Amino acid sequence: MAARTLTIDGRLVSARAGESILEAARDAGIHIPTLCYLDGLSEVGACRLCLVEVAGSNRLLPACLTPVSEGMEVQTATERLREHRRAIVELLFAERNHVCAVCVASGNCELQNLAIQVGMTHVRYDYLNPVCAVDISHPQFGIDHNRCVLCARCVRACDEVEGVHTWDVAGRGIHARVITDLGVPWGQAETCTSCGKCLLACPTGAIFRRGTSVAELERDPKRIAQIVAARQERW
Amino acid sequence: MDLAELHAIAERERARRKAVRVLCCTSSGCQASRSLELFHQLEAAVTATGQDEAVEVASVGCMGFCGQGPMVRVEPANLLFERVRPEQAPEIIAALAGQPCSVERGDPNHPFFTRQMHVVRRNGGIIDPERIEEYIAAGGYEALYRVLHDFSPAEVIQEITRSGLRGRGGAGYPTGLKWATVAKSPGERKFVVCNGDEGDPGAFMDRSILESDPHLVLEGMAIAAYAVGAHEGYIFVRGEYPLAIQRLNRAINQARKLGLLGSQIFETAFDFKVEIRVGAGAFVCGEETALIASIEGRRGQPRPRPPYPAEKGLWGFPTLINNVETFANIVPIIENGADWYAAIGTEKSKGTKVFALTGKVRNTGLIEVPMGMTLREIVEDLGGGSPDGTPVKAVQTGGPSGGCIPARLFDTPVDYESLAAAGSIMGSGGMVVMDDHTSMVEIARFYMAFCMDESCGKCVPCRVGTVQMHRLLSKIAAGQATPVDLEQLEQLCRLVRETSLCGLGQSAPNPVLSTLRYFREEYEALLREDAAASANGKP
Repeated sequence: MAARTLTIDGRLVSARAGESILEAARDAGIHIPTLCYLDGLSEVGACRLCLVEVAGSNRLLPACLTPVSEGMEVQTATERLREHRRAIVELLFAERNHVCAVCVASGNCELQNLAIQVGMTHVRYDYLNPVCAVDISHPQFGIDHNRCVLCARCVRACDEVEGVHTWDVAGRGIHARVITDLGVPWGQAETCTSCGKCLLACPTGAIFRRGTSVAELERDPKRIAQIVAARQERW
Repeated sequence: MDLAELHAIAERERARRKAVRVLCCTSSGCQASRSLELFHQLEAAVTATGQDEAVEVASVGCMGFCGQGPMVRVEPANLLFERVRPEQAPEIIAALAGQPCSVERGDPNHPFFTRQMHVVRRNGGIIDPERIEEYIAAGGYEALYRVLHDFSPAEVIQEITRSGLRGRGGAGYPTGLKWATVAKSPGERKFVVCNGDEGDPGAFMDRSILESDPHLVLEGMAIAAYAVGAHEGYIFVRGEYPLAIQRLNRAINQARKLGLLGSQIFETAFDFKVEIRVGAGAFVCGEETALIASIEGRRGQPRPRPPYPAEKGLWGFPTLINNVETFANIVPIIENGADWYAAIGTEKSKGTKVFALTGKVRNTGLIEVPMGMTLREIVEDLGGGSPDGTPVKAVQTGGPSGGCIPARLFDTPVDYESLAAAGSIMGSGGMVVMDDHTSMVEIARFYMAFCMDESCGKCVPCRVGTVQMHRLLSKIAAGQATPVDLEQLEQLCRLVRETSLCGLGQSAPNPVLSTLRYFREEYEALLREDAAASANGKP
């Protein structure tokens, strides 16, 4: 496959044709924050954290979905981008109740790590404090909607990797929620195979294994990519 | 079906017509004021007076002057009756025989009518939208015949390109260029999609076109399909438009029966079938990628572009998406030629534009004017100014994606570039007039509430940013805000505009930005005085 040469943050980088800016940057050791992106799943460009500036484009482009091109000049960490990323993480923290001190995923949470990465020391926006349910109707797993960031990684893992599509999103705007089957409690979702891929994919403490206490939840989301690669390569 | 048969239908229809036609608007707006009942009463009155031989009562589409509806027009006498109640039907029929009549009379020579130029709305209020024969008698489907027999697809695209037509959905992308891109995109199948998901507050142009002249849109779509090489089409209409859906369904069935849609149209090798998809009432589904997802049966959420639908649209195939009004322009262009069309309007914005004129204005309704007419002419001449004489303060154009233009800029011509320079957009064509009693902060808050409710929830800045902006606007409106809140509001405007995934979020801050640009003093006057003082370093 033909190679492409581009510059990312002033560094010359080589990439395969068709590769995204995000992949090229990661190969070159340049870190671009992401939340809805997960290796092995389709990209949706929803969290807007991986937005980058590309010379010649007056719009900010999602690195996960923008293919590299020859001679492209990409900036991943300008002041404007850093400001936007911090504000987006703040908006997420203000949206639902992300109280790390009482969360199963504390210490192993992508949202928590993001807040540290982008230098978020406080939230400038009003906390919206929505009433969110906790569903522990499933015998093995539970979902706490207070922790959900609507990245839809569970939805894609369930649909694209497990092939079941138990998860989906219902509702609009701030009232959007992930649901199982047609909005039944998870324990009643007849399509669920209890495979646990949604748990692997979840970046926060929203989906957890029952019986897990504060800061006990550990996962390896890379296993989703391994499963996908194993199938493609027929390991 | 061939041209002779088409002409025969038209002849039969003309021969069927009676000497006097009483045209009664039965579009949604007038139906809400009992026009359907009025229509039946008019028919009964004609029968009761024994005038069946000479007088016919026809159910027609929108006449435009919706604020004065229900409307009844009598041809060929050119009598116009406004705000007609069903019980006044006998009086109108008696007036045909010269009897005195107390029903409110309209003035057909009112500037509201005379200053307009009807291209898209040419059959509105004239033909019965439920009878294909009336459309054919008005010259319908001849443009499609001509295109299929005399034009190559490339020539059609050339004609549309030369006309200078730009997308009437709002962004104003050159239509010919879009058609050419779809025509050139390789694909085993191609689709033509008509975007009828009009959801802007205050806008009802597309609904009116679909209700008043559905065949004009169908014929435009068929011509587009021939030009780009598509054989399948969808019309995506919002479920809140039941009458438009019903009339479209009827129109599709009629056209199919006559062989004007379906296989081997006009005995050529061209096949084109159209289906309706009813939207469940999500504003975001007007965004083309969300609309495609919805037609495919998925949740109506946008995806980042590129790839554009012209390259990868419905089920991954090249798809042409145009708005209802854009398709309605196609037949007139083919009939009269690109030069005729290009001579209307301004240098960069050709043709006419339909606007829904509403708000604090004497004459509300639908107007179709040549591009380049100034806002002042529209508001004062056609609209008649504010109803109670209160000075007009601003006009909001473009719906939630648009902005407010202050009265001092009313000499701005209405075209894509001038509106953009004034901080607004053409949008699909909603035009809401505001007077001095209107709070611009409240207006911004209203549109933000709309965007917040209609955000699909997929991307963070739009989903949460709009909610935070709405909270800040509420705080300002309630006199609880400080200068810091205003600053935060402006920061959020920048964030949501620059980082949102689709047009809904990217344009959601526009009403705030435009009101801040022209009416900042209204925001500042609402800030808490003590907070303002402390921000200025005063004790």
